Amino acid sequence: MLSRARILGLLFWFLASPAYAQQQNSPSDIVKRGEYLARAGDCIACHTAPEGRIFAGGRPMPTPFGTLYSSNITPDRDTGIGKWTTEDFYKAMHTGRFPDGGLMYPAMPFASYTKVTQADSAAIFAYLKSIPPVNQKNREHDLRFPYSNRQLILGWRTLFFSEGEYKPDPSKSAEWNRGAYLVEGLGHCGMCHSPINALGGTSQSDAFKGGLIPMQNWYAPSLTSNREAGLGDWSIKDITDLLKTGVSARGVVYGPMAEVVHNSLQYLTDEDTKAMAIYLKSIAEPTSRTPATSPVLPTSESSLLISLGKTVYDARCASCHGAQGEGKPPHWPPLANNQSIEMESAVNAIRMVLNGGYPPGTEGNPRPYGMPPFAGLLSDNEVAAVVSYIRTAWGNRGAPVSARDANELRSAPLN
Amino acid sequence: MAGVGLAISVHTFPVLAQTPGQPPDTMEARIEACSPCHGKQGEGTGDVYFPRLAGKPAGYLYNQLLAFKNGRRKYPPMNYLLEYLGDPYLQDMAEYFAEQRPPLPAPAASDASKEVLLHGQALVSRGDPARQIPACGSCHGPGLTGMEPGIPGLLGLRPNYVSAQLGAWRYGTRTAKAPDCMQQVAARLTEADVTAVAAYLASRPAPIVIAPAPKGAYVLPFACGSEPD
Repeated sequence: MLSRARILGLLFWFLASPAYAQQQNSPSDIVKRGEYLARAGDCIACHTAPEGRIFAGGRPMPTPFGTLYSSNITPDRDTGIGKWTTEDFYKAMHTGRFPDGGLMYPAMPFASYTKVTQADSAAIFAYLKSIPPVNQKNREHDLRFPYSNRQLILGWRTLFFSEGEYKPDPSKSAEWNRGAYLVEGLGHCGMCHSPINALGGTSQSDAFKGGLIPMQNWYAPSLTSNREAGLGDWSIKDITDLLKTGVSARGVVYGPMAEVVHNSLQYLTDEDTKAMAIYLKSIAEPTSRTPATSPVLPTSESSLLISLGKTVYDARCASCHGAQGEGKPPHWPPLANNQSIEMESAVNAIRMVLNGGYPPGTEGNPRPYGMPPFAGLLSDNEVAAVVSYIRTAWGNRGAPVSARDANELRSAPLN
Repeated sequence: MAGVGLAISVHTFPVLAQTPGQPPDTMEARIEACSPCHGKQGEGTGDVYFPRLAGKPAGYLYNQLLAFKNGRRKYPPMNYLLEYLGDPYLQDMAEYFAEQRPPLPAPAASDASKEVLLHGQALVSRGDPARQIPACGSCHGPGLTGMEPGIPGLLGLRPNYVSAQLGAWRYGTRTAKAPDCMQQVAARLTEADVTAVAAYLASRPAPIVIAPAPKGAYVLPFACGSEPD
């Protein structure tokens, strides 16, 4: 039996707890919001090593200039960001500088994060201060000369970095502006979906125009061209399905984008996902679906290739993707009228045939269907043939590919 | 009216589940990605380096799927496939392959000499106490079919796969939860031991019962992180 004192105690607790919650409301709210925004920024993808403690850094990040190791952003005072202030954190996000003024390597997407508001930056910082501190020293970067000289970053910044928070476009809706803020800022989509030049930078005019991701050898398609991943003729539902669940009636995410959906996009609210979809749909430039201009192979050779390709397709692919490339969406994606198959770069189509893959497991699609890897079953010639076939059959307007293209991608890194 | 509505929905549901526009809602369809290397039922394929999965304990298979997902066990094509799948789904996959019972293949003709096979037999069934090598059978079971939940069977595997894995344990590229018993055992083996064990295991005919022994069926000779008490 409960003693009177305990009953009184419980009663007091019940009466007191709402007031207590009220008091705690703002700090815990800001931490929650910060956690959400840290998801939107996909901080975990780089700042957590495989099997490592959350946000303790140490993940190797191969770049064309050498290997960088991500830093510890837990609140440990000696090895993390425990001594940083809210202002220090904003300075890092906004200007790409450490509290002591030192320059960050642009692998940290501060060129995108500069658009994040001071309030959002403060929320992310409050969240990071709330997680368990991990005492783990940052590992030295391993960059080749001359890239090991941080002064070079000054040159990079002059060419490719313009500081400044996102400025809403008053001629557009609040929803559009929210989408733009997320895509251009925290989402740092441009880090992959913009072409990277030899200096490791992207010029403003090339934003979202697509490019081969260095070191990974996946092609991040243009978000502005409807011939690539431009979403101009996609429905809002198909876009939000893709971003939130990883699969849609038009196609599924794969390669590095599977990581983004898995760690970041699936956690966004329906409102934010829709805002991103509206913005992404709007930046697609009107492009006509014109046939590929110059096939790289002589016609006779490519017609032979394509007839072999049909044989391979019927034997290996049609059972899932359909005799007419119609698929069984969303789980078995259609290949007919699929931009990802038709676009100028055939890298992704070849890699999917070689490596197969699963879309990410998400709350909306926890048990995804996978594509088998065919690297061990098909010769270079057969891979080239089947990719040439799917790029040209059923009204698709891609160009054929060569056995050499297929062979070169056999050694592409898988992780 | 309510009854009619219910009756209709009960009748239509199975039809909807089999909509021709959707892939079958089965694990078999979901693990198509595994079949080129491991076979539809996990029976193995012609490639001697890809292991049979069928009938291994679900706990063992789950541990391996997790290890590949997290990069602890390194094989890039597997690491890549599993990286963004949820743990409960990996458990489903493990259970699917654990439940399959395709027949074991007939033992392949071995080119190993009689001496090598005898040496293998000695290590598998008796170990080598002088070198502190336990018999394989002392953990993997007298019938070598493993034990629930974490110890795999050793039959139906090709010598190339067994040697490659023992080599990986010896060199530390394959690791498991501490205490990492297989690493301790493999570190005491010589090249010749590995060759002999792999050849002998591959020469064994299928036992009558191919299922793993139930949990706790026998006592392990030492602590093993993969087989919690």
